[in-house]
Amino acid sequence: MDKILRVNMNDLTTTVEEVPTEWAGLGGRALTSTIVAKEVPPTCHALGPNNKLVFAPGLLSGTAASNSGRLSAGAKSPLTGGIKESNVGGTAAQMFARLRINALIIEGMPKGDGWFSLRINKDGVSIQEESGLLGLGNFAVIDALQSLLGKKTGVMAIGPAGEMKLTSANISVKDPSGKIRSHGRGGLGAVMGSKRIKFISIDDEGAPGIQIAEPEKFKAASRIFTKALMDHPVSGQGLPTYGTNVLVNILHEAGGLPTRNFTYGQFDGHEQISGETMHETIVARGGKPRHGCHAGCVIQCSQVYNDKDGQYLTSGFEYETIWGLGANCLIKELDDIAQADNVMDDLGIDSIETAVAFGVAMEAGILPWGDGKEVVRILRDEIGKGTALGRVIGSGAGAVGRTYGVTRVPVVKNQAIPAYDPRSVKGIGITYCTSPMGADHTAGYTIATNILNVGGQVDPLKKDGQIELSRNLQIATAAIDSTGMCIFIAFPALDIPECLPALIDMLNARFGATLTGDDVVGLGKTILKTERAFNLAAGMTNADDRLPEFFNSDPVAPHQAVWDFTNEEIDAFWNF
Amino acid sequence: MEPIHVTIKLFAHFRDGRFKEAEHQFAPGVDCRQIILGLGFRLGEMGIVMVNGQHAPLDYQLNERDTLALFPLVGGG
Repeated sequence: MDKILRVNMNDLTTTVEEVPTEWAGLGGRALTSTIVAKEVPPTCHALGPNNKLVFAPGLLSGTAASNSGRLSAGAKSPLTGGIKESNVGGTAAQMFARLRINALIIEGMPKGDGWFSLRINKDGVSIQEESGLLGLGNFAVIDALQSLLGKKTGVMAIGPAGEMKLTSANISVKDPSGKIRSHGRGGLGAVMGSKRIKFISIDDEGAPGIQIAEPEKFKAASRIFTKALMDHPVSGQGLPTYGTNVLVNILHEAGGLPTRNFTYGQFDGHEQISGETMHETIVARGGKPRHGCHAGCVIQCSQVYNDKDGQYLTSGFEYETIWGLGANCLIKELDDIAQADNVMDDLGIDSIETAVAFGVAMEAGILPWGDGKEVVRILRDEIGKGTALGRVIGSGAGAVGRTYGVTRVPVVKNQAIPAYDPRSVKGIGITYCTSPMGADHTAGYTIATNILNVGGQVDPLKKDGQIELSRNLQIATAAIDSTGMCIFIAFPALDIPECLPALIDMLNARFGATLTGDDVVGLGKTILKTERAFNLAAGMTNADDRLPEFFNSDPVAPHQAVWDFTNEEIDAFWNF
Repeated sequence: MEPIHVTIKLFAHFRDGRFKEAEHQFAPGVDCRQIILGLGFRLGEMGIVMVNGQHAPLDYQLNERDTLALFPLVGGG
């Protein structure tokens, strides 16, 4: 039986429920956003007892489909005040799916000061008191749980940042190497911390496994889908070789690499932090240039980055993190950024929000531009120990700006703008403005078409076609986020005609359904509108769909581009 | 006629066995396609062609002191 696990932290009870009919065809983001919209009062305090934290594997998670192992998490965000969905690789989604758990819903808040953990297995979910692992970083938590519960155990945990309910806190999920992937954005770790749950362990021993309605059809579609992923130069060659960080040099060249807290569009240290340099460094030090964030990933854009002595330093070392501390904070030493990435993983804090917060802190004069060693010290000794400064930086870019009177604060809906300057890459600016998630490049990745020439070409410096581009991509992304697929399947899906039909064929074969392309588009639209309705009911208005005003007034070099969309043009995004 | 000077930048695996950045001289009127073929690339390998930081068509004619950047089809996010 497919089931919903519900945990009530008010009275420390758990229940196993049948999946209601209206949720039966939903997975991933479609399910977490639907549950949050239905069950969470939009005006509640995100860290109060009325918020709920929901996890759901994607519709294809647990199957043999390539790249289908993403887990969705949802709640009201303490960072944005709106709805939040954040998805992640790691091992948990496939374990949920094999246990036939469609969703885990955590609600309420315990009385007293005690902390707890959740244990999930074939019999359901149980609550234990927890004290031994409190205060520990994520790496120590995962190591301890692997010793206690075995190497195969699934882990979802918060670090000290989540325990302190910092609004940049993330939820860390164990990956196939026993390291960490993160539900990074929007402060979902603070929501887990507010419910005083340090970790969730998953044991899929004796799981009933996945049932496929039409196995032969599924296999046939799966082969076509995997071939498309391998054939496309981005997913089949570029990403596995250079990782996402190949973008540093490209965005620098295009003048869209935000530099010195979004003052310039180019960084003179770009080569030192580029994907090309990173690839050479990894190979020279015996790291792994390619690595999957979940079993079944054929793209393998992750990597293992070693230090000068050949010892593990970090993995899942992403373009956004490297850009954020690199160009945006003017740090030129890749090793310093890698060290910071490791500490952020251990503390359980979003590396995009935190990197942008450091850029604002440097603008405020709290630490010198380019001082990577001081960034690592502040992470460890201020954020890690919960000092006043640490809590301000750990509460994100908006909090740093408000505290220190900085006006150049790159946020939308109080969430930090990542990695691509919206003045010189205008399509992504529309996504930042309109996504119900706050500034989020993954919500509608127009970089593909604005910069990379995937899915056609739309001039990044002109306004023409950007609204439509962002809208189409946001709709498609909402649907993809519901399948459990990695967003990078979008590269082949945009260019190879057989790719998307094969994905729909897999969904139909899995569930014995008869979905069409129009149904999938319809699902994406419904998800976006559900999320938007939650935000409006929470008190947001069209005025929240805007970039900070410095983007209108300050031209960005080298193209001297400004953000020049009118409010009416932006609002037209929602005409669908 | 005087030759024109063009800076050429190569990225990702285009650098393998070639160079990162170099200045070349060409006859006036040279376009992106001629330079790309002259470097031994196939046109089908080209992902992104930029001149002075903006996407350029293959028949774009380069001017003195232009920068031509060539990327294979790559991506991230």
